Amino acid sequence: MWRFIGIRLLQAIPVIIAVVTVTFFLVRVAPGGPFDGEKAVMPEVKAALEAQYRLDQPMLQQYAAYMGDLARGDLGPSFKYPGRSVNELIAAGLPVTAELGLYALLVAVIIGGLAGVIASLKPNTAQDYIPMSAAMIGICMPSFLLGPILLLVFGIYLEWLPVSGWGDIPGDKILPAITLGSTYAAYIARLSRAGMLEVLNQDYIRTARAKGLPEWQIVVKHGLRGGMIPVVAFLGPAFAGVLAGSFVVETIFQIPGLGRFYVQAAFNRDYTMILGTTVFLSTLIVLFNLLSDILAAWMNPRLRAQFGKR
Amino acid sequence: MNDQAINMIAQAPPGSSLWRDAWHRLKRNRLALFGLAVLSFFILIALLTPWIAPYGYADQNLDLGASPPSAEHWLGTDVFGRDLLTQIMYGGRISLAVGFVATSVALLIGVTWGAIAGYVGGRVDAAMMRMVDILYALPFMIFIVLLMVVFGRNLILLFLAIGAVEWLTMARIMRSQVQTLRQQEFVEAAISIGLPASTIVRRHLIPNALGPIIVYTTLTIPSVMLLEAFLSFLGLGVQPPQTSWGLLISYGAETMEEYPWLLIFPGLALTLTLFSLNFLGDGLRDALDVRGAGD
Repeated sequence: MWRFIGIRLLQAIPVIIAVVTVTFFLVRVAPGGPFDGEKAVMPEVKAALEAQYRLDQPMLQQYAAYMGDLARGDLGPSFKYPGRSVNELIAAGLPVTAELGLYALLVAVIIGGLAGVIASLKPNTAQDYIPMSAAMIGICMPSFLLGPILLLVFGIYLEWLPVSGWGDIPGDKILPAITLGSTYAAYIARLSRAGMLEVLNQDYIRTARAKGLPEWQIVVKHGLRGGMIPVVAFLGPAFAGVLAGSFVVETIFQIPGLGRFYVQAAFNRDYTMILGTTVFLSTLIVLFNLLSDILAAWMNPRLRAQFGKR
Repeated sequence: MNDQAINMIAQAPPGSSLWRDAWHRLKRNRLALFGLAVLSFFILIALLTPWIAPYGYADQNLDLGASPPSAEHWLGTDVFGRDLLTQIMYGGRISLAVGFVATSVALLIGVTWGAIAGYVGGRVDAAMMRMVDILYALPFMIFIVLLMVVFGRNLILLFLAIGAVEWLTMARIMRSQVQTLRQQEFVEAAISIGLPASTIVRRHLIPNALGPIIVYTTLTIPSVMLLEAFLSFLGLGVQPPQTSWGLLISYGAETMEEYPWLLIFPGLALTLTLFSLNFLGDGLRDALDVRGAGD
């Protein structure tokens, strides 16, 4: 198991370095410097600004300096908000986005997993078709459409839930979490149905039935462990999707999180902020992929045996 | 529907009954047929839009403003008094074009890459697939946003950026297909009579690997369209004066409190298309008996 983790960890490092390098040079070759837009900045002022942000140095030297800063965990200053560092802005937005993402993933796993398992118990009956049709709707209904519709129905027409904000009024976290989680709930429902169907046809399940175990125990104790492996492996990509989805959901519900910062930075052409956030989010996604791979491998006895004894 | 059948059979290599069987299986799948019908209808409309749109694309009627659906404007009008049906028709052209063009880009790169890796094998294969593995791990959603920010928001770039992301799975599927096919006698026979590698790949390997590729392509188009709509919603995709379903949804969401139809109809168009493509893809997967293509 440790060997498996070690190999995966070593594989993640070149990916992270590649992300940082590509992002850095992409942002540097972008047309238009960050201070070009400002109306008639005096040449001396511009030179001073560029010196402050190290833009007067050769590109490779900038890159080396940036990598050095990064190794110490410093993502640099923001172009648009003078005096604030990218680290500060990320620290302000991250807790909100992390909480939102966590709730969304909980919604996805609980609702999706439940729907998938229920559907798999009686395949090709109403108990299968109804949750699976709902899942199809969830996949075809993107968050940027579902969000406004939920907001319109529950926030404006029915006035059951608040329409915006985060942590100001009780209940204002419900709609964003559902909006963000629904697509992944749908995918998880399909994955867990397929996973469970495959597992429930295995011999060891027949053995459990033959022993006379109650059905719920067969499903929960013996079925879930194998049937949920695809779901756990999907959590990595789902996490990446939830982070990207937070761009949209935080914009719709006016939540002051990282996703909204990112979109604003994109519009402001705040290059250091874009660079810093991309590096940060990408690293997070790579690490989460790693985690979900390890967890899935740990749940899979065959893989564990392959790497365990050595 | 009959034309479709003739088409499918005409495209199939002579003497093979695989495509006929697949078509028979597909015909029994109501949802897939529904998807095919809706999709054909939307594509037809998109192709004919400049001639059949009820109003001009830029026609405004500021006196009218935003009006609910009526006899003159079937789906209502937006705040500038522009006919929503016309907007959706023109937006659909862009959304569908992005879906098909970007998927074609992905198809071209992925099939070529996978076929070469699978056919040549050995060290070349290892290097090529290692690259795919690394690219797989990159958080692409964020990269596309970055690309759109850095290089400005033009349509060609959008095609390329999305296509460049989606080819990876295609390459994997193609490679495993080619690897399996390469072991078979008819390919060995082709090698032994001295056909050049490019001919073997083109004439024997690609046509035989077509099933999974078709299925995966059908399932890639909706995810590409979703990506375009996502970017356009954020304002990073299609830019005015052009429009797309994602952009219309984004405008609709801004004014949905007063004019809900501006959100609902473009949303319906997008959702219905995605539904159709997914149903058709699932149906094709069953009909062609492909395992493991797409999720």
